[in-house]
Amino acid sequence: MTGVLLKNIKKSYGATEVIHGIDLEIKTGEFVVFVGPSGCGKSTLLRMIAGLETITGGDMYIGEERVNDIPPSQRGIAMVFQSYALYPHMSVFDNMAFGMRIAKKPKAEIEKRVREAAEILHLTPYLDRLPKALSGGQRQRVAIGRAIVRDPKVFLFDEPLSNLDAALRVATRIEIAKLKESMPESTMIYVTHDQVEAMTLADRIVVLSAGNIEQVGAPIELYERPANLFVAQFIGSPAMNMQRAKIERAGEQTTISLGKHKADLPIPSSADMTGQEIHLGVRPEDLTIASNGSGLIDGRVNIVESLGEVTNVYLDVENAPQPIIVKLPGVQKFKRGEIVSLAAEPSKMHLFNEKGRSLLYL
Amino acid sequence: MSTAVGTRPALTWAVHLAVLLLVVIWTIPTLGILISSFRDRDQLVVSGWWTALTSAERNIVARSAPPDEAVEENGQWVLRGNVFEEGTGSISAFGISIQRPREFEPGVIAEMRDGGTVTVEENGDYIISYPEQPEGTRGQRLFVTSLEPPKFTTANYERVLFSEGIGQSFVNTLTVTIPATVIPILIAAYAAYALSWMQFPGRALLLATIVGLIVVPLQMALIPLLRLYNDIGVGKSFIGIWLAHTGFGLPLAVYLLRNYIAGLPREIIESARVDGASDFEIFRKIILPLSFPALASFAIFQFLWVWNDLLVATVFLGNNEEQLVMTGRLRELLGSRGGDWEILTASAFVAIVVPIIVFFALQRYLVRGLLAGSVKGG
Amino acid sequence: MALTQATRAPATADSKLISLLLTIIVTLAVMAAGLAVSVAIALAAYALIALFLPDSKLLWAVVVMVLGVAACFGYFWSSNKLLDTFYPAKGADVAANLTKANAIRPWLFLGPAIIILGVYLVYPVINSVVLSFYGPSGENWVGGYNYNWLVHDAAFRESVRNNILWLVVVPAAATFFGLIAATLTDRIGWGNIAKSLIFMPMAISFVGASVIWKFIYDYRPAGSGQIGLLNAIVTSLGGEPQAWLTIPLWNNFFLMVVLIWIQTGFAMVILSAALRGIPEETIEAAIIDGASPFQIFYKIKVPQIWSTIAVVWTTITILVLKVFDIVIAMTNGQWGTQVLANYMFDWMFRGLDFGRASTIALVIMLMVVPIMFWNVREARKGTR
Repeated sequence: MTGVLLKNIKKSYGATEVIHGIDLEIKTGEFVVFVGPSGCGKSTLLRMIAGLETITGGDMYIGEERVNDIPPSQRGIAMVFQSYALYPHMSVFDNMAFGMRIAKKPKAEIEKRVREAAEILHLTPYLDRLPKALSGGQRQRVAIGRAIVRDPKVFLFDEPLSNLDAALRVATRIEIAKLKESMPESTMIYVTHDQVEAMTLADRIVVLSAGNIEQVGAPIELYERPANLFVAQFIGSPAMNMQRAKIERAGEQTTISLGKHKADLPIPSSADMTGQEIHLGVRPEDLTIASNGSGLIDGRVNIVESLGEVTNVYLDVENAPQPIIVKLPGVQKFKRGEIVSLAAEPSKMHLFNEKGRSLLYL
Repeated sequence: MSTAVGTRPALTWAVHLAVLLLVVIWTIPTLGILISSFRDRDQLVVSGWWTALTSAERNIVARSAPPDEAVEENGQWVLRGNVFEEGTGSISAFGISIQRPREFEPGVIAEMRDGGTVTVEENGDYIISYPEQPEGTRGQRLFVTSLEPPKFTTANYERVLFSEGIGQSFVNTLTVTIPATVIPILIAAYAAYALSWMQFPGRALLLATIVGLIVVPLQMALIPLLRLYNDIGVGKSFIGIWLAHTGFGLPLAVYLLRNYIAGLPREIIESARVDGASDFEIFRKIILPLSFPALASFAIFQFLWVWNDLLVATVFLGNNEEQLVMTGRLRELLGSRGGDWEILTASAFVAIVVPIIVFFALQRYLVRGLLAGSVKGG
Repeated sequence: MALTQATRAPATADSKLISLLLTIIVTLAVMAAGLAVSVAIALAAYALIALFLPDSKLLWAVVVMVLGVAACFGYFWSSNKLLDTFYPAKGADVAANLTKANAIRPWLFLGPAIIILGVYLVYPVINSVVLSFYGPSGENWVGGYNYNWLVHDAAFRESVRNNILWLVVVPAAATFFGLIAATLTDRIGWGNIAKSLIFMPMAISFVGASVIWKFIYDYRPAGSGQIGLLNAIVTSLGGEPQAWLTIPLWNNFFLMVVLIWIQTGFAMVILSAALRGIPEETIEAAIIDGASPFQIFYKIKVPQIWSTIAVVWTTITILVLKVFDIVIAMTNGQWGTQVLANYMFDWMFRGLDFGRASTIALVIMLMVVPIMFWNVREARKGTR
């Protein structure tokens, strides 16, 4: 068992608490992604797992061992940093061998492990080069190679792709996914603010905000059944449309009203909610154009963004704080000011109560 | 700089000329002693170094061969010879009495009081002829004014290096300078690392105190330290001066190195920590190699400062042959041989040549260090 | 409940104090042991080498140098090694050991610096204050006698007057020439070579520079050929040669020239970097607004580098207060050129009066203190 267990983990700097008691269990061989806006504490949490930040409260276990006071090098972890953190004065080989040399491993073993890692990452031709003679992607691979050589129980990635350009980011993302496949026993924890990375790489995603966990779950679960407004609007792009609605009838199914329109949703609600104001959420890609007046809501076309494969239409809707966005396939033509009626499958609608929590999870 | 349309060429010329003027003013003093140190002693004292390439006018008092060596030639008794004992020159005038040393032009036949005639040719050959066989062993005194070609020599350097003690002082200075440069760097680098990357109470206060100590005048420290040294028996020794220079150089060293080390990327140090390196190993294997530019610039500072120091050496080292450093020797020479410019110029040049070589070779690092200390922090 | 809490609180305070004391003791012990080990090894090596080494001064100098530096490095190595053996980073007590070692290690790194700074800078400041109240040998208390003497001493007044002259003229002139040199050299192709040459005097010692300039000021009586450049120029223009260094008051300025000559390069290098740091757009905007090159310089560039000018100015000011070598080498304070630093040196080594010398040293320090405060403040601004 070399999973990671966090029990009520807290972190404060002086009087300010930035992590407010996190409970999380990460299983052996799992690929977990911490995602959240900047300042949400995801990097701090990762650095606490690494041992680079002291833990102010709670207990942390890696495998069976409580590691709160164990130095980073003895926790059986390896870390890949955002800036790669390669030692600029050492060759690629020396960079990868540094940790084993510190641990005074035999030369033959160092040589063997570094060569193996270099082979996996296609770095063999560059072993004698200094980091400054490598491209960004190559540097990132060296950083990953350095982690592999350590043969850790847990890999930690701190936004490893954010310094790469878009094309390279995709390529390296796929490399990391392949790497994970080739090492099914290794646990990996990956921090990013990029939801595409999170969705494509993770077995499970941990969404963090302001030092708290908002939701933990498989990527599609987060997309299809967000637990609260924050997750609903954080996952998916463009973000989920929100509109105020009213519960007409609660029960096994919930009937809501939106102005003069009504809809039956396959979402259960408790009887005492009848008559309450709630938030109705629909993803832009789940909205369709209905024939005139037959939709759920009407809006006036304001801006049309044609991206080729999709068209985003921004509509002004009465009483809505923000424009409603509709994501339509292909190229679509609209006139500015045109009135359009929007419809959606009831099963694709999300309901959140006043506190922002999804009715699904109540 | 800006090269906007319509810049006046006259102004550009003025800038070139102004810079040229500045450069000339700033280099001429050094050039002066450099040239002078290679000039012949006799020329140095009578003419300015800027005339070094033109001939120098010199007054020589020569004495002819004794009259009883004269040989008979065509009924005359003749003495031949050259006024220059060594070297060459070009005679512009000669005379036979001290009152009128430039009485005759070269080639003119001058009458001597005892009846003979004398003539000196331009190349210094003289012919003295007597109507009868002369007697006596004292030759005729000849006063000549000669124009001598420029003479350059390394004799001044041979002299100061081997007989004026500059050579030994050079070794002494080296013995003082190298450890007094390396020790503070080592101590300051460790302290700067602790002040940048280690957690301990009182860190900010300690740093502020050290920066404050940068401006304590050196003179303050001399008396208490001298008394302390005498009390504990260190006396005048190399260890004593190494530590003194270390102490005086430390505040600046800690300040400069901390500025640099604190600016190294945090992730590299954390990465080394994850790799299992202890603080000591991080320092040796990561910080030291990465801080090379800062270490180099401080090393140059300290090297120049210690090499050029007079005050600390005067106080903490003895005035004897084994301990006198070059600046001290130079000052002594200024006092004891104030007019012997051939010695002074050569000694001065020996004393400044090492720092100047260091300066030109490592100027890049020196400038970087200066900027780190002044523009960034204050 | 209340009772147990009341008794427990001081107990934890006590145990904290004890553990703090223990930490301090262990720290000092490790430092001392590390130092002892490295010094012992260095001495042993010295004795061993002494058996073989031929009697050559140069070789001995090298041996002493190498051992001195090695002993210094040996301290850091052995004290760290000792700490690691004392609190190994493995085994059952890993966490506790690491906490203890981490509390001690910074002080091992800082130890030599703190001790040396304490002995060589902090102690002397305190000791000078004390000595200034004592007589010549530093043994009998004389109260304010030294201060009273100082106020009425003519030579001291002369030194203060000259020091003030130095303080006004040298930083101003060096900064001014430095600014001009920086501006001009930045505009031309061979600027970097020019900079190197103007910067070069920085590498020359004050004594070396004194010899160089004394040669320029050299005086021969009228009628004989002048070998000093200055007198040669004066006589070629039809003037009378002068013994420049003996003309009262003016000779101070001839000494100042030496320091200005040395420091201009320093000012130039720093100001040039500051000038290059000025956003090009502000200059371009001024050009479009129709400013002449001189207006751009005075109204756009200089105000933007004002803080750097201040830094250069104060740095040179501090240096001026310590100036000693130039005066002692060129005039030794004769002909009305005495300055405080040299005057203090006189009382220390010729007058052999530690009390008076300390008092003069304190005056120098008092003059530096305001600049010191300013410097610390600026430095803190920079690190924030």
